[in-house]
Amino acid sequence: MSHYISITESERAEMLKAIGVADVADLFVDVPADLRFPTLDLPAALAEGEMARELRRLSSKNSDVLNYSCFLGAGAYNHFIPAAVDSLLRRSEFYTAYTPYQPEISQGTLQAIFEYQSLMCGLLQMDAANASHYDGATAMAEGAIMAINATRNRRKIVVAPSVHPQYRSVLRSYTQGLGVTITGDENPAASVAEAASLVDNETAVFIVQSPDFLGVLHDLKPVAEQIHAAGALLLMVTNPIALGLFQTPGMVGADIAVMEGQPLGIPLSFGGPYVGVFSCTEKLLRRMAGRLVGVTTDLNGQLGYVLTLQTREQHIRREKATSNICTNQGLMALAATIYTSLMGKTGLRKVAELCYQRAHYAAKAIGQLDGYEVLEQGPFFHEFVVRCPRPVAEITQALHAQGIIGGYDLSKDYPHLDNAMLICVTEQNTKNDIDQLVAVLGG
Amino acid sequence: MHTYEPPIFELSSPGKIGAALPDAGVPETELPAHLLRDDDLAGLPEISETEVVRHFTRISQRNFCIDTGMYPLGSCTMKYNPKIHEDAARMPGFAFIHPLQAEETVQGALQLTYELQAILAEISGFDQVCLQPAAGAQGEFAGILVFRAYHLDRGDDQRDEVLCPNSAHGTNPATAAMVGFKVVEIATDSRGNVDLADLRAKVGPRTAGLMLTNPNTLGLFDENVHEVAKIVHEAGGLMYGDGANFNAILGIVKPGDVGFDFMHYNLHKTFTTPHGGGGPGCGAVGCKEFLADYLPGPIVALKDGQYTRHTPAKSIGRLKAFKGNFGMFVRAYTYIRMLGAAGLRSVSEHAVLNANYLRVNLDKIYPVAYDRTCMHEVVLQGKIKGAPSVHTLDIAKRLIDFGFHPPTVYFPISVAESIMIEPTETESKRNLDAFIDAMKQIALEAVESPELLHAAPTTAPVRRLDEATAARRPILKYDQAAIAALLNK
Repeated sequence: MSHYISITESERAEMLKAIGVADVADLFVDVPADLRFPTLDLPAALAEGEMARELRRLSSKNSDVLNYSCFLGAGAYNHFIPAAVDSLLRRSEFYTAYTPYQPEISQGTLQAIFEYQSLMCGLLQMDAANASHYDGATAMAEGAIMAINATRNRRKIVVAPSVHPQYRSVLRSYTQGLGVTITGDENPAASVAEAASLVDNETAVFIVQSPDFLGVLHDLKPVAEQIHAAGALLLMVTNPIALGLFQTPGMVGADIAVMEGQPLGIPLSFGGPYVGVFSCTEKLLRRMAGRLVGVTTDLNGQLGYVLTLQTREQHIRREKATSNICTNQGLMALAATIYTSLMGKTGLRKVAELCYQRAHYAAKAIGQLDGYEVLEQGPFFHEFVVRCPRPVAEITQALHAQGIIGGYDLSKDYPHLDNAMLICVTEQNTKNDIDQLVAVLGG
Repeated sequence: MHTYEPPIFELSSPGKIGAALPDAGVPETELPAHLLRDDDLAGLPEISETEVVRHFTRISQRNFCIDTGMYPLGSCTMKYNPKIHEDAARMPGFAFIHPLQAEETVQGALQLTYELQAILAEISGFDQVCLQPAAGAQGEFAGILVFRAYHLDRGDDQRDEVLCPNSAHGTNPATAAMVGFKVVEIATDSRGNVDLADLRAKVGPRTAGLMLTNPNTLGLFDENVHEVAKIVHEAGGLMYGDGANFNAILGIVKPGDVGFDFMHYNLHKTFTTPHGGGGPGCGAVGCKEFLADYLPGPIVALKDGQYTRHTPAKSIGRLKAFKGNFGMFVRAYTYIRMLGAAGLRSVSEHAVLNANYLRVNLDKIYPVAYDRTCMHEVVLQGKIKGAPSVHTLDIAKRLIDFGFHPPTVYFPISVAESIMIEPTETESKRNLDAFIDAMKQIALEAVESPELLHAAPTTAPVRRLDEATAARRPILKYDQAAIAALLNK
């Protein structure tokens, strides 16, 4: 019997007797007899020490960003995570608790979510944020669906091609049964202005990203005016670390703002679990998907926290709910809450400055190498596009041999950017790392 | 313990920071002035590390959790979360690898993913598994999108309805609606199974499929499952299996053998990846060969000794960025590899044993919704003889004073005053007996001093909370003035 089970043989016999059956197998008579107790062809069970060895063996086959210097971003970022974040996440009280459906004994989780909502609103300058989505991509897709529902008869979504390619494909997956049209990104080289020019009186929402997938920062104030004049909503995708310095969705006048919260204290983990930050204006609040925490008082008049406005959600409204979302990314939202609290206003600005300064230093140095060209696209945050003298796959292979994880190969998603690499520099890349990268590229 | 802890914003004073950051160490580049934010990050606090750690430690102590006690939430499978899982997911080669790295630099992670796909397929009797969906609801979404794609691919474009039993989780009808289908509800018969007469009346050429949880949310294995599948298949529909209750049937029966075409697994329930206060989860999906071409991607394959990723030919597309909640894959993989086939069967045997033990000890006091052998959970009713003023909510809140997390209440909605109890296999007999004693004591109190139940809980960090006010005047982010007004009301 496994060491997770707490019942002895004799207790088991006693319990079966109380139930009135002779054997545990008798509890399964409702299962078709010919299919009952199938053989499971699985590897033999391992003891904990054996398992730990096997896991270390698998783990050691991967090149990790602790042992390699990483210049890969493209939607998932290698940032410094203070030790306090994981130390708190590993508290059983947080990670072994369920969704806070019983508020009296879930005040810790509820208060943390309330603080998360508040911090995200502060970072984004938006009116309301929910308790989280699966990731940035699904938050964007659900934002687009919310915009469709909010604008009633409008069935068109316009999306700029500089929005993360995987986010755009999730958007198409999510909306495939809803009879909507998605346009704007047919030409991968189209500018934000060119995409925005497709917004008309049939359009529910214009989706734009800043800093965009290629690292570029956009001034979205005039775009917002144009979109609103057409009666459509503006959905802005952004990056939480960039918000330490740059234009926020609230300043721009975005109606919906989403972002991947992974840069806020969440490890890369091969793509997940991350956290989708979702926010909107007061006006759209009751159309929002997902859980929301609000404050109230208890019988003694003490401040307390509860899940609220639940009539939007599937467990109450079933097929009329704003979304099917139930499980979210609670623990990852907690990581973002702790990280944002630790950094605070000074730390977040500082991290953003480190990224900006070091990325610009790297871009200048790489731009001076023979055969390499940094594409002039406008102001950028911590990612930039480098045109290389050879296919990117060849270069990343050579970099890997020198202990460097190279940038993202843009040729598949943006055919006009052949032999182009998207390089990301964060506060984790020291001047020495950057000089090393430049030396290997140049060599 | 349990002391009030103010919102974190009230700990803030100008000039404090909770992290040590380096200098840039490179020549400075000017910032683009017209693109800067204009509010000096006014919405963010300034706090030291010491204060942040103390704040979150203190609020954590206002939570109930599995590591402090029994958490018998029906349909949620709140079992013990093994500690090695947490170490495993944090190993450098798992926690610190980038999702877009070249395949040859992440072979260990791809191997783990590939093996978990194969293991889940074997346990459930399916041909192909995709681990990408982030939660059960997203697994359902994948399945119903696949059903839609399958029918359309065959030119069968009249199917615009999805059937859901009235005992279904809310996510089932919500999912069908999100894919654009009309939801048709099917009744439950007197034994708690799908009502075959109602099903026959409603199934037809418009049926895309039926979503069934089995064991169902009444805690019962549907005795008609073969017949249900036959009826749906004969009408050209497909069978979706909601795996929320898979914990009852590991090594007992394979869903793929009883007529299901597609199912999702909740790794955060059955395979004990921690619930994390509401997530993250993983809603991996499995299906029969004839649907495999429509699965979301990427899926990991083994070719010439190398693990590679691919997206199926007619895929419904990607459901989230990157690969899925990989940290959850590592935990579930660790769990299954340590238990093996016999260990998994023992999980379900003990889960079902424990639930039935609670059933026979409580069904004289709390009417059982369906008087049959149950699976891993039992649905009772909070209707105590001689206690007309007492409702299920009062019983649930009183359980808190006895040191237990309340069961799931008022679900399934098809049972009045329902109390859905899932003890899981990891509870000891001692704890089950203590829970039974508490439930018996509460039933006595309900008759003799119902005010104890109405006032409960009294031992929790807060008393019952005014949810109506929270919804009427929502305060959804920190606002000192609004909170002060609320407290002075």
